[in-house]
Amino acid sequence: MEFLTQGFSEAFKILFTGDPEAFSAVYATIIVSSFSVLCSAVAGFPLGFILGFYNFRGKKTLRLVSDTLLSLPTVFVGLVVYALITSRGPLGGFNLLFTLKGIGIGQFILSFPIIVSLSASAVESGEESLALTLKSLGAEKLNFFLSYLWEIRHGLLTAFLTAYGRILTEVGVSMMVGGNIKWKTRTVTTAIALETGKGYFETGIALGCILLFIALFVNVSLVFLRKR
Amino acid sequence: MKKNALIIFLSILIFAAPGYSAEKNTELMMATTTSTDNTGLLDYLMPEFTKDSGIKIFWTAVGTGKALKMGENCDVDVLLVHAPGAEKVFIEKGFGTKRKEIMYNDFIIVGDKSDPAGIKGLSSKQALKKIMDSKSVFVSRGDNSGTHKKELLLWKDASETIPEKQNWYIQAGQGMLATLNMAAEKKGYALTDRGTFIKYMDQKKDSLSLGIAVEGSDNLKNQYSVIIVDPKNCSNAKFDYALKFQEWMCSKKAQEMIKNFRLLGKPLFIPNASQ
Repeated sequence: MEFLTQGFSEAFKILFTGDPEAFSAVYATIIVSSFSVLCSAVAGFPLGFILGFYNFRGKKTLRLVSDTLLSLPTVFVGLVVYALITSRGPLGGFNLLFTLKGIGIGQFILSFPIIVSLSASAVESGEESLALTLKSLGAEKLNFFLSYLWEIRHGLLTAFLTAYGRILTEVGVSMMVGGNIKWKTRTVTTAIALETGKGYFETGIALGCILLFIALFVNVSLVFLRKR
Repeated sequence: MKKNALIIFLSILIFAAPGYSAEKNTELMMATTTSTDNTGLLDYLMPEFTKDSGIKIFWTAVGTGKALKMGENCDVDVLLVHAPGAEKVFIEKGFGTKRKEIMYNDFIIVGDKSDPAGIKGLSSKQALKKIMDSKSVFVSRGDNSGTHKKELLLWKDASETIPEKQNWYIQAGQGMLATLNMAAEKKGYALTDRGTFIKYMDQKKDSLSLGIAVEGSDNLKNQYSVIIVDPKNCSNAKFDYALKFQEWMCSKKAQEMIKNFRLLGKPLFIPNASQ
């Protein structure tokens, strides 16, 4: 039990003393997760918007696929990406195994369907009544589009944060593709797995707390988008 | 159209991803077992190797089964593992070359200090038989690691059948220290390498509930070897660096360092490379 409280105090110790090993993991985590989620956002929001706003053939199928992919197991994605980028794999020439870039590919695959599905839902939720209101106010096309996005920003933000949370905390891809290499591809989550394996439970707890701090920081910095 | 977009984004991800666009050419990649990493041996040895050779070495610590697989798939250049049987097959299949023994420690059977099955001082064969007959809890690594492979050999030796789906036989699927923790929680037994157990004792200090029950039989030796990934199988493998690493591990200096690597005054590994 006592390792819980020890873990909390160790978390602060790590943060304030700037333990280089932990910070290297924090840095790797933030870099790779932020980059992956931004790529997912750039690709996923337009697709989500199309999927939520327009009616076209195959829309339902596409939505079904996207919703199903929300349940992708992280270790499975790790294995698939490994198969692609191992020296013997089709992308072996790019030397992506044991790199943050490799992890990024897996995390993109994990977060992309989340952005698509949840933003499509957000767009749908705003649709008819909102569109009508805005149209009756005589909004121009671009204006209409922007106000529409602004009205549903809460849902879009949730989509973004959910995707970010999912890949910030995943361990399957990072472990399999990154290999948990010290100073290189060790992320906070693989470090937690390692410390737990080593029997240092309090360090595991401390790193978990640090991960939560990161999440808190991201949430706070996006708070201006929230509904008042 | 959508497919194109996806490919573009994937390529952006691949080529523009920030950080660590590692200069692959001065780096040696090793797959090793959890025991060498968890005990801190590599953190102690490897900076010295880099200083002496100028070669940067990175390692991923996994079970021996996965380590060998990574060698087979050309993902690493060199292996530091401890499963002689599997290593032999690995080399016969042409995946590895130049196996060199570096150091050893021994396996021990540890258990709750109350010794519920009464196996203290027995041979491993008698001890496992007794554990099986009395259905005392035994926690297995269950992860195809070197230690797990050794355990299966010992079961075969003791009873010809390997326990499976028994309530008392717990297959953890985790690393050595996590497995020891489970054995302690369950007041059961486990097979471990001595190095990891000393590390465990060092961690637990006064709350230690496990003790050594069986040790010292000849069949419990735990040999660690360095194997170089065969460049005939993997053209991208850095054979020269791997060879330098192997030579360094066999050198007087490294062997002396291994000998001096102690915890609680006890050596964790005993060097035995032939120079």
